[in-house]
Amino acid sequence: MLERLRHPWSDRRAELVLGAAACSVCLAIGLMIAFVAVRAWPTFAHNGLSWLGAGSNPEHQIGKMLYTGPHPPASAYRLSAWPLIYGTLLTSGLALVFGMGFALLAAIFLVEFAPPAVRRVLVPVVRLLAGVPSVIYGLVGILVLAPFVGNHLISPAQKRSVEYVVQLDGTGLIGAVVILTLMITPIMVALIADALNTVPTAWREGAVALGVNPLRATLAVSLRAIRPAIVAAGAFACARAVGEAVVIAMVSGGNAFTPKPWDGAVFLFEPLLTLAASILNNADALSAPAVGSTMNAFALLLLFSAFVLSLGSYLVKLPLRRYHGGLR
Amino acid sequence: MSGSSQVLATRARPRRSSLRSWRWSDRIVYLLAWFSGLALCLVAGALILYLGVRGIEYVSPSLLFSRPTAGVDQSQIGGILDPLLGTLLVVVIGIFIATPIGVASAVWIVEYGRPRWLARAVESSIEIVAGTPDIVIALFALSLFQLGLFGFLSFTASGGGVYGRSFLTAGVAVSLLAIPPVFLATRDGLQTLPGHQREGAFALGKTRVATIRRVLLPGVRPNIGTGVTLGMGRIIGDTAIVFLLLGVGASQRFDFQGGTPGLNALRGTGATLTSYIYTTSPAGEGNAPQKAYAAAFVLLLMVLALNAFAGFVAGRGAAGKMSFGDRVRFGAWA
Repeated sequence: MLERLRHPWSDRRAELVLGAAACSVCLAIGLMIAFVAVRAWPTFAHNGLSWLGAGSNPEHQIGKMLYTGPHPPASAYRLSAWPLIYGTLLTSGLALVFGMGFALLAAIFLVEFAPPAVRRVLVPVVRLLAGVPSVIYGLVGILVLAPFVGNHLISPAQKRSVEYVVQLDGTGLIGAVVILTLMITPIMVALIADALNTVPTAWREGAVALGVNPLRATLAVSLRAIRPAIVAAGAFACARAVGEAVVIAMVSGGNAFTPKPWDGAVFLFEPLLTLAASILNNADALSAPAVGSTMNAFALLLLFSAFVLSLGSYLVKLPLRRYHGGLR
Repeated sequence: MSGSSQVLATRARPRRSSLRSWRWSDRIVYLLAWFSGLALCLVAGALILYLGVRGIEYVSPSLLFSRPTAGVDQSQIGGILDPLLGTLLVVVIGIFIATPIGVASAVWIVEYGRPRWLARAVESSIEIVAGTPDIVIALFALSLFQLGLFGFLSFTASGGGVYGRSFLTAGVAVSLLAIPPVFLATRDGLQTLPGHQREGAFALGKTRVATIRRVLLPGVRPNIGTGVTLGMGRIIGDTAIVFLLLGVGASQRFDFQGGTPGLNALRGTGATLTSYIYTTSPAGEGNAPQKAYAAAFVLLLMVLALNAFAGFVAGRGAAGKMSFGDRVRFGAWA
């Protein structure tokens, strides 16, 4: 056997072996979708579409599932996941809105206006900010940001006004959004800066030659040319935000409450929970079949949204292929 | 002369006209652009400085080299040796699995790539893996490795149920995080290698395999290095997979399984720095911020070192460097 392996491989065998390695990734993805879908099935089968609805606190419902035994009845799967879905949409949506404005400006600065010395600092900084483990962001969020919010931003009157409904201790919407924004901005900066770099110099120079100032030239020509890339960057960052579990579990208060915009300023401080963070929080209860199935249902939803977002960013970037070589 | 300093200056900018001729609105946007660029630097500086101060305050040799100990006053006893070694163990296993698969897939895609539909399927599934939230990977891996078939990776409880949690299973799961960067870096390198290198090798009578082994792979070694470094960064920074697959809320120590030395650690559970930080933070059970800060400081140092190393590797004549966006996209936290 060893003797045969030591011989130079034939091209045919190398092709098969390399191809098998490549297919293993396909296989992993296929298995992942199959596993998650199969294990999520009981939840969807027993709940139907009302699963997506509002109604009660999903954390309490999951708590009840714990004691439903190895063969839970259909009623044990009862869950209304809307508060978690709402929390996911709210945090990633707000983070995307704030992060996008910031990232556009920073990317324009990085590519067009930064003096070389500043650029030489900014590029590694963006790379570092994107590479810092999420748990470190979460730690800073819970040990620095949350106490600050709790002690200085929330007034005692605000705490009292809702004390029979929910505790305001500083962890909540605002912390989650700030930290998430901080986490997805560097990714968007890098992707947008990359796209800006591929805009042919002549296009901008043409605009400047016509008498527009450099900023206007960038806004009118470069940004317009890379609009699809901007949308794609946003979609990618949004997928990251939607799937982020650890940070949200740490800074969002861990309570599947729905912050209500009509509560005024208190809205910013109300706790919430997202789908991904809920999976992490219930990690030690996965062996209860009803809980496991529910968590897989959350995972299926996350997988689906990640898939839709990455498909969307692929489709939206297709028109850029027109510019062969220039834009990618 | 100034060739090296021109690396980052990617485009010739028109001479800046005097700001005074700009409209007010334009001047404000210009200032905002400066502000957001500098704000990013400030945030990074503040983060490093803050964790640095906290870290120096709490990190000591005895902390690094003593094992976690259960106890009430966590600020006084125990250290982070086990999580530190656990991180290294998970990274080694993950990279050990991810590198061959990533490199082999890239070579297959670029050099063979037939049938076409299969190649496209492989590329898209790697793209999907790169975009999958790590918590989903964790959940999937846990249900997969709890099958009886994979009992040898962790251990089987007396009732016949497979535990599914061990360093081996965690390592296999995190390898999914590292495959995309390795694949992408290698593929980009192979695609930008000049065609005459292949043609020259074929003209000398080398087979395809020999060309790959003796010409192409040595040519893209720096690219593979970049990809592996990025993958290591992603594995080091991952929390969700490790938290789910190394046992939840355990004692943070290595928990050996079985009698074979070496294998018993691999089949047992434990902690890594990230799961340790999560558990010792106020969000987890053990409320020991000092320990969490110390571990976070060590983790940040590792990430900084990896970042510097990635820059060093990429600087050594990689064929077709990975673009800034791709490096961030595939190297960012999972």
